[in-house]
Amino acid sequence: MEWTFWMAPGLLAVSFVTALLIFPLDEEQVRLRTALNLGGATLKLILVGVMAWGILTGHEFEARLSFVGELELVLRLDYLSLLFIVLSAILWFLTTVYAVGYLEQSPHRSRFFGFFSLCVTATMGIALAGNLVTFFVFYELLTVVTYPLVVHRGTGEALEGGRVYLLYTLTGGTVLLLGIAWLHSLTGPVEFVTGGQLADLAVERPATLRLIFLLIVGGLGVKAAIFPLHGWLPIAMVAPAPVSALLHAVAVVKAGAFGIVRVIFDVYGIEVADGLGLLAPLSLAAAVTILYGSVRALAQDDLKRLLAFSTVSQISYVALGVSLLGPVATAGGLVHLLHQGMMKVTLFFCAGILSETLGIHRVSEMRGVGRRMPLTMAAFTVAGFGMIGVPPVAGFISKWYLGLGALEAGQEWVVPLLALSGALNATYFLPIIGAAWFRSPEADWAEFDGPETDWMLLFPALATALLSLAAGVMAGLPFSPLWLTSFAVTEIHGP
Amino acid sequence: MIVTMVLLPFLGGCLAFLLRRTAPFVAVLGAASVAATAAMLAVGVWRSGPRIYAIGGWGAPIGIELVADGLSAIMLLTSAVVVLAVSVYSIGYHEHDDSDAWHPGEGFWPLALILWGALNVLFLSADVFNLYVALELMTLAAVGLVVLSGGEAALMAAMRYALAAFAASMMYLLGVAILYGAYGRLDLDGLATVVSPEPAAFVAAALIGGALLLKTALFPLHFWLPRAHAAAPAPVSALLSSLVVTGSFYLFLRLWTGVFSTIAVPAAGQFVGALGAGAILWGSLQALRQQHLKVMIAYSTVAQVGYLFLPIPLLTSAATTPDGALLWGIDAWNGGIYHAISHALAKAAMFLAAGTIVHALGSDRIVGISGIARQLPITTYAFGIAGMTLIGLPPSGGFVAKWLLLSAAFASGQWWWAVVILAGGVLTAGYIFLVLGQELSLAGTDQPVELSKVPRSMEYAAFSLAVASLLLGLRVIEPIALLQAGLPFVEGG
Repeated sequence: MEWTFWMAPGLLAVSFVTALLIFPLDEEQVRLRTALNLGGATLKLILVGVMAWGILTGHEFEARLSFVGELELVLRLDYLSLLFIVLSAILWFLTTVYAVGYLEQSPHRSRFFGFFSLCVTATMGIALAGNLVTFFVFYELLTVVTYPLVVHRGTGEALEGGRVYLLYTLTGGTVLLLGIAWLHSLTGPVEFVTGGQLADLAVERPATLRLIFLLIVGGLGVKAAIFPLHGWLPIAMVAPAPVSALLHAVAVVKAGAFGIVRVIFDVYGIEVADGLGLLAPLSLAAAVTILYGSVRALAQDDLKRLLAFSTVSQISYVALGVSLLGPVATAGGLVHLLHQGMMKVTLFFCAGILSETLGIHRVSEMRGVGRRMPLTMAAFTVAGFGMIGVPPVAGFISKWYLGLGALEAGQEWVVPLLALSGALNATYFLPIIGAAWFRSPEADWAEFDGPETDWMLLFPALATALLSLAAGVMAGLPFSPLWLTSFAVTEIHGP
Repeated sequence: MIVTMVLLPFLGGCLAFLLRRTAPFVAVLGAASVAATAAMLAVGVWRSGPRIYAIGGWGAPIGIELVADGLSAIMLLTSAVVVLAVSVYSIGYHEHDDSDAWHPGEGFWPLALILWGALNVLFLSADVFNLYVALELMTLAAVGLVVLSGGEAALMAAMRYALAAFAASMMYLLGVAILYGAYGRLDLDGLATVVSPEPAAFVAAALIGGALLLKTALFPLHFWLPRAHAAAPAPVSALLSSLVVTGSFYLFLRLWTGVFSTIAVPAAGQFVGALGAGAILWGSLQALRQQHLKVMIAYSTVAQVGYLFLPIPLLTSAATTPDGALLWGIDAWNGGIYHAISHALAKAAMFLAAGTIVHALGSDRIVGISGIARQLPITTYAFGIAGMTLIGLPPSGGFVAKWLLLSAAFASGQWWWAVVILAGGVLTAGYIFLVLGQELSLAGTDQPVELSKVPRSMEYAAFSLAVASLLLGLRVIEPIALLQAGLPFVEGG
């Protein structure tokens, strides 16, 4: 068989084998475990690099495996998958470094990193899934393997968080499965094809297709934390910081958003979805969620909860972008998949550093912390500005394209929405940043010598902050997120 | 080859009775060789279709025939795998009885092997009387096994079980007598051609059907199951919940789609399906309320038995819908059997894992198992993976079964079964993760509990079964292809 057949399964296998090797290790085998972790993450980066080069030079990566009856499990790389795997591979590498530093003394590290790697495997599967059933298989797998990570601390609060997390996501998964099975009974296997394959059915049975869309997007909306299905996200914050970073930036929330993107572009097709009148309600739901998340974030004092509500708000930019018609809005939504990931992961890294090094969990405790930890807070500031949409950080690019796209699509109402949301973001991020830099510290932090914290924690935060900045400054250059997105947009809307 | 599968377990049973010390090794050896034979048989059936063996050279209707088609082969293979794992597990489980006095282990080996032999006869028999003998023998051995753990609770549970099971046997036998009186023959194929909608056939069908529902413990006839399965020693619970229940379901399925296919009306199918739905909801809700691990798993069996009967309404309407129904009829058939084998593997794994926990802790209160994941990680993984199959999460055998049943339900227009299937999955997740959460919990475990030492073989036996149930979800083509050998639709319609 061709080497191109093996690349996509290989990418999954790298993380999977890493997990299998890590599980049986003893707690004390720190070096071996770290070597396996970083080795796996590095190998994955290389493979993703090869695949990115391959698809840009016209190779096709596809692997099919017969599953049940006429169903197949399909892994295929297209430009949408490319966005997701590039994001995952880079952030995964950095999060692994961070997690190794973060969990230095905590128990059950082998179990933690085993499930951590399984989590990557599932995410890669979601990214590369070439049909709806394959997508579902990995989507549910992700739910299962993140559960032990969420409850990792094993406290009553953690277990409660895990319980709520499962209640939401498994119910969502069930609704999703109902929709998928119903759709299959009408059409047979549903491949992801740009433009979808439902045009004929949309004429025959529009009402059924609308209901199925509601089931599928409703199921996906749980992970994508669309209001009012977002309830699990703030509660799942009990997880250790690297896990939260992962859930918000790359894995769970992104899986939901990515699923919605797939369904609109590759299952229904944007024209059919629009023709059935499905996009306007979705954009409305996204708009409500954007405002709701920001308003709730205003009232939070717990830093991680604040960031969680911020995610609720930010992730809906993706849904908003893809539900407005037109290539520019699509670009804005898709590029935000990447931008939000980089910025949010930075914020969580910083929150984790603050809690690990100084024991700071609350916004009100952050006064003057900039003097104690200038590098950490610099990273936080960059990412926070990005969330608000201040140029030249990446978030600005997303919002700019979303706004332009909305105007192009004749949806003027989106522009004030973006402005309002930006203002709300500023209302909760600017006071934090201001207080951290310009107020005098209340707490008596011990004087430090040497670096402000463990470099394994600091380096990933700085790296993602720099990436967020670079993605904004160099948006027009090749290899920027926007540049990668342009291929997907061309694929969807034509040149 | 077919005869080996029947003879070896019985022979082993007798040997185990005589050679008390070496019984475990006889059992493991027997299980391993039968498992290998079953695998060969499965390959044979898959390649060249069903096999028939006429005992003593006398064919039906005068003599007794043993028939192995795809369904039989896969059931034989599944039970051999389960018995093998349970045997390995039991060596460790009974190890600590070193006294010279009689101990449960000695009773376990002969009874378990005879139970298994009866089960194999059941899977291979092709006439209703021979099936009766197998069923009866299986029940006798099963009741004996429940009493093994001793104590009043076990005795009461076993009595209840025995009463229900023997009442069912009487009903079954009466049904068989009526069939013989009306049609003068007992072989399945022959009966299928002559049974026609008339009073005698209806009465026989009702008696036999009712008897098998009682034996399979389909809601609301499940009353005897939870206590019996929970009171028995863990390896016995595993055998009962995974194999014995499946055995009587197997017979129900055979007769419904064979002998009684001409008189099974869609309304009856819907009725059985509704009972199945009731079982799923009731069993799961009860499982959620339980404080004891083994009782919870036993209620989970009550619920999972409900899934076994969901294909029945689909199969019935497939048989009565002239065209276009073949495809989803096959989906329903495959889905039901896939569920049966996945459940058999997963439930055995789960009971064995629970047994390990009880063995280590000395109690099976769910609140007491906090933090057990730290000491027994393999057992925790086994429980979790088996749980995935029961919930029907991909990638597991349970998911494949669920998908096939969902497809069949939608294709037949009977979407209400799809809703039941999915709702049951969410409820199952509720009780599985309740336990898993406790196992992962570290709250209130500052002083680690003193645990008895657990042999590694016990942990790995449960783990292998769990992994097997997971693998069923990854390699689907071969088992499904095997099931197509001797499909009732092709010849029966």
